[in-house]
Amino acid sequence: MNNHFVIPGGYKKWSVGLMIVGALSLLIGIFVLHPGAGSHGDNAGSTRFWAVLLQNSIYWLLLVNVSMFFICIHTLAMGAWQVAFKRVTEAISSLVPIMGLLTLVIILSIVFGHRYDIYPWLDKNAVAADKALSGKSGFLNPTFYTIASVLVVGLWAFIGKKMRQLSIESDEGGPMDYETAKRWTWKNIIWGSFFIVVFGLTVGSTMPWLWLMSIDPHWFSTMYSWYTFASTFVSGVALITLFLIYLKNQGKLEYVTDEHLHDLGKYMFAFSIFWTYLWFSQYMLIWYSNQPEETIYFIQRVGTAEHAGPYKGIFFFNLIINFVCPILLLMKKAPKRNYTMMTFMAVLIIFGHWIDFYQMVMPGTVKGDPHMSWYEFGIPLGFVGLIMWGVGRYISKYPLTVKNHPFLKESIIHHT
Amino acid sequence: MSIKKFVVGCFDDEKVLFPAIKNIRRAGYKIHDVYTPFPVHGLDHAMGIRETSLHTAGFIFGIIGTATALGCMGWIFTSDWPLNIGGKPHFPLPAFIPITFETTVLFASVGMVMTFCYLCQMMPGVKKHHFHPRATDDLFVMVIECTEKTNETEVISFLQTNGAIEINVQEAETGWWFGRYDKQQKLYRHEEVGY
Repeated sequence: MNNHFVIPGGYKKWSVGLMIVGALSLLIGIFVLHPGAGSHGDNAGSTRFWAVLLQNSIYWLLLVNVSMFFICIHTLAMGAWQVAFKRVTEAISSLVPIMGLLTLVIILSIVFGHRYDIYPWLDKNAVAADKALSGKSGFLNPTFYTIASVLVVGLWAFIGKKMRQLSIESDEGGPMDYETAKRWTWKNIIWGSFFIVVFGLTVGSTMPWLWLMSIDPHWFSTMYSWYTFASTFVSGVALITLFLIYLKNQGKLEYVTDEHLHDLGKYMFAFSIFWTYLWFSQYMLIWYSNQPEETIYFIQRVGTAEHAGPYKGIFFFNLIINFVCPILLLMKKAPKRNYTMMTFMAVLIIFGHWIDFYQMVMPGTVKGDPHMSWYEFGIPLGFVGLIMWGVGRYISKYPLTVKNHPFLKESIIHHT
Repeated sequence: MSIKKFVVGCFDDEKVLFPAIKNIRRAGYKIHDVYTPFPVHGLDHAMGIRETSLHTAGFIFGIIGTATALGCMGWIFTSDWPLNIGGKPHFPLPAFIPITFETTVLFASVGMVMTFCYLCQMMPGVKKHHFHPRATDDLFVMVIECTEKTNETEVISFLQTNGAIEINVQEAETGWWFGRYDKQQKLYRHEEVGY
């Protein structure tokens, strides 16, 4: 049966090679950028070191975590069309524990290394002198930050593991009878809804505030979490698409047809527009009310009419790549069913939202001195290698199709 | 339009209808249309109908909507009657976006509904020939157009072997007309079979 994936040598080489590139960048970064120095922002190199790590770890963690969310929403909505490639989605989500661990190491060393340049609210003296910050100190303090981060990452990993276990258990034995299938689906629904509640309370609200928005602790936006969620969801779907196309090109996943690809394309199209909607809602309200404490966020990025900010190019590039390109290139039916076009768009979207995270993190940390060179590109390549390695490991370990899933037939005959 | 001769075959099952369509097309007969009581998934593919261009029309209507909204507001607020609103520029693009979006959606949706009606020849008062009244109830009605080369009896027997439960030959108006149904039926009805 064509249900088993053996990692080709080229894939292995690429994944390990990319991880080595990431590790090398980190190593050179440690020597060149002096991560231990100047926690008040007096050493630009060390700020850059931690800011890039923060941006990438959180971006790639949220990206792989979206896969489990994808499975859970479809479990709850009885969305059977994705069952044919459910194992691939699971494989991506299996990276949450290791990615979570990496993220925890990075963000906790930022917090316990007293990096005031990354999180100004860590500075006790500054908080005591600042009325706004001391008012927020119930939320923005190292203890809460640590407990919340560890708890949340742990919960994501734990429930995700449960969901994957249920799926793997179903592989044993033959097709389920009605009663077993009913009980199995119910179990999936219970764990899936549990995950969605946790996901909604974390990615949908608190975690982006805690991890990213607190870089600019005076500034706040209620749109921010949804904006982050939309950003990661669309790039998560793009990641699923990439692996799907790769496996199809390897001659695997014979049940996955153009119809499934078309639906993933619709997701990418729709959520790109959803992201733009949230981006615009955040921007327009701040632009319109014109309150100094709110507009500072955009002045840091775009600058003012007289004086253009250092991030102006990236700010508009972000909009073009994440809104204009998807809406124009993915609008018609043919590109959504075209492997080359979908690969191009998926890579573009993942890169675009990585840029989005770059402009979320950098203006508040490295401020007027942005870099976009070996370190900024080396670290994400390492994360890409890690994702490739983890996904390859998972799908070569388990069968590629969840063959006893009660909804499998519905997915095979799926027709958009 | 014109009056043509049609062979009408009625089926009572989708499972019979689909292979029948395939065989009829393979045999080279010209299917005028298939009338069903409800939308049948995949029927358009089976019949080999080309993809609709309704969405292209929708895109064009949307662009017209965007241009109308931006052009209208831009002209009003910059040259016709410039106002100082909260110190904002005279062409405040972010503030115009919601209205532009709504206008785009309005133009696209209304335009597409109208285009759809035009493409399907639907309008109050517009009538078309009904090949079988039970096409709105429980029968799948396949209509085959007869050209000068078509042998009617051959088509009828071909339909029979493909599982049609009821077959008749009709001469009917292919286009639409204004007014009442009996107007055409009195004039053109050829045979009483099937009614």
